[in-house]
Amino acid sequence: MQVSQYIIEITYLVATALFILSLKWMSSPSTARHGVWAGELGMVLAIAGTLLNHGIVDYKWIAIALVLGTIIGVPLGMVQMTAVPQRTALSHAFGALCVTLVGTAEFYLRGSDVSRFTMSVLCMEVILGSLTFTGSLMAAGKLQEVLPQRPITYKGQNIVNLGVLAIAIGLAAFVVMHPGHTHVFPFIVGIPLLFGVLMIIPIGGADMPTVISLLNSYAGLSAAAMGFVLDSKLLIVAGALDGASGFILSLNMSKAMNRSFSNVLFGAFGQEQPGGAAGQETRSVRSATAEEAAAILSAASRVVIVPGYGLAVAQAQHKVRELYDALTKRGVDVKFGIHPVAGRMPGHMNVLLAEADIPYDKLLDLDEINGEFPQTDVALVIGANDVTNPAARTDHSSPIYGMPILDVDKARTVMVIKRGMSPGFAGIDNPLYYLDQTLMLFGDAKSFVGAIVRELGSAAQDQPR
Amino acid sequence: MKFDLMTDLYVFMLAAFIGFEVIRRVSPLLHTPLMSLTNALDAIAVVGAILLVGAHKSTFSTVLGTIAIVAATSNVVGGFLITDRMLKMFKSSRTKKS
Repeated sequence: MQVSQYIIEITYLVATALFILSLKWMSSPSTARHGVWAGELGMVLAIAGTLLNHGIVDYKWIAIALVLGTIIGVPLGMVQMTAVPQRTALSHAFGALCVTLVGTAEFYLRGSDVSRFTMSVLCMEVILGSLTFTGSLMAAGKLQEVLPQRPITYKGQNIVNLGVLAIAIGLAAFVVMHPGHTHVFPFIVGIPLLFGVLMIIPIGGADMPTVISLLNSYAGLSAAAMGFVLDSKLLIVAGALDGASGFILSLNMSKAMNRSFSNVLFGAFGQEQPGGAAGQETRSVRSATAEEAAAILSAASRVVIVPGYGLAVAQAQHKVRELYDALTKRGVDVKFGIHPVAGRMPGHMNVLLAEADIPYDKLLDLDEINGEFPQTDVALVIGANDVTNPAARTDHSSPIYGMPILDVDKARTVMVIKRGMSPGFAGIDNPLYYLDQTLMLFGDAKSFVGAIVRELGSAAQDQPR
Repeated sequence: MKFDLMTDLYVFMLAAFIGFEVIRRVSPLLHTPLMSLTNALDAIAVVGAILLVGAHKSTFSTVLGTIAIVAATSNVVGGFLITDRMLKMFKSSRTKKS
């Protein structure tokens, strides 16, 4: 091995260590930014090391592509915080695209001159890569609302989907066995592209956190497969870390919805609600004005705010921050209860609230906050629905029965800001709204919270403390 | 060659275990930045694309490789940028008062 080859290998080794450190530092918000720096340093080292490689005879296209990638990357890094889920889905698509293209090129360069093992990982690389590519594009489209968010289902859908995937895997097995048949390869890339589209069609908005995590895992695994093909340990480690991360997040998400992976992927949620809805129209709800809500909030000593996707849609996070300030100033203890699947991707709500400058130690997880609801004076639900539905605890016939929920109904008073009485994404009626201690605050989340803040402000002027 | 494959499999297995252990400890607060960070790290696949383009073995492979570099680089740049932007926003109430 030449000296420069050693240097390259060492940069890869250091980069690998930095990547692991980078994820380790993500464990706490106080060290997390070091994690980003470690990751950046590792990336720069690895790319610089690669550019030293003797196999590189032409730098022109590399340079053009690096510059072009940077030009595209910067705006993708500057999107609004509410758009982070679709940006993430898009970047999964880009990662998968890279892996698929490299895999395809490697296939045609090496021809049949590879071992069976290499050929099988190469097929795995392009299958995972191309289904992740179109799947992520579809997910991004649904999140950006360019595509309809409602799940689209038809009879025999799962059989069709699995059949399509099975054909691709069958063809891959054929190529592994008979490496000469290169004409099959376009189908091994093309069919999973179709499968990626079909896979996301039946998935609705509420399932996005799980699906994004799963696509994240696939993107990682395809990169790891690419590492096997190129015999690059760095790539294998990075891919394995990404795959593990996506896998853990998808497990978390499906646990938070009390559903299995296969159920998320193969059982479109709540497209039909047999019965249930009938007879509930007669039940009455109590509604309140912003003035009444402000009076109740200012009399409380402990308030828990439960945000959901509706808060992101209404861009209400800054108004919520004003409410937090106004109440904290009056000595009210305000916390936030955040369900793992609130929003459109894991941790989405935390980012939005952190953006509005709400200290992160006030943002509590499901397990941390649930014990506090019985001592809570007011639970204020903003744009969340299914994650507060007590039917998940009590009603065996409910489609969400068994899903861990935020026990807001145990608070002394529950206030729900909501546009109207329409059910949530899962299409399930929420008995919470008909409870005696529940007050419905009908209106847009942003303007209603704004109105409460104004009421609190004027009340404070009337009776200075 | 065969032993190389075994080494790679060991590396994959160990990295997966490390990944599980490390990521289980990540606070749910940071799951969104975690995903964008792992996405950026995953774009290390750019290394493979660079070698492919640099070797310039055929026009076909150079074209595919160039697109691959563009896609991966945009993930590297965009991923680190947005992760850092998000993490900058996380402040605790203690640091704020001081």
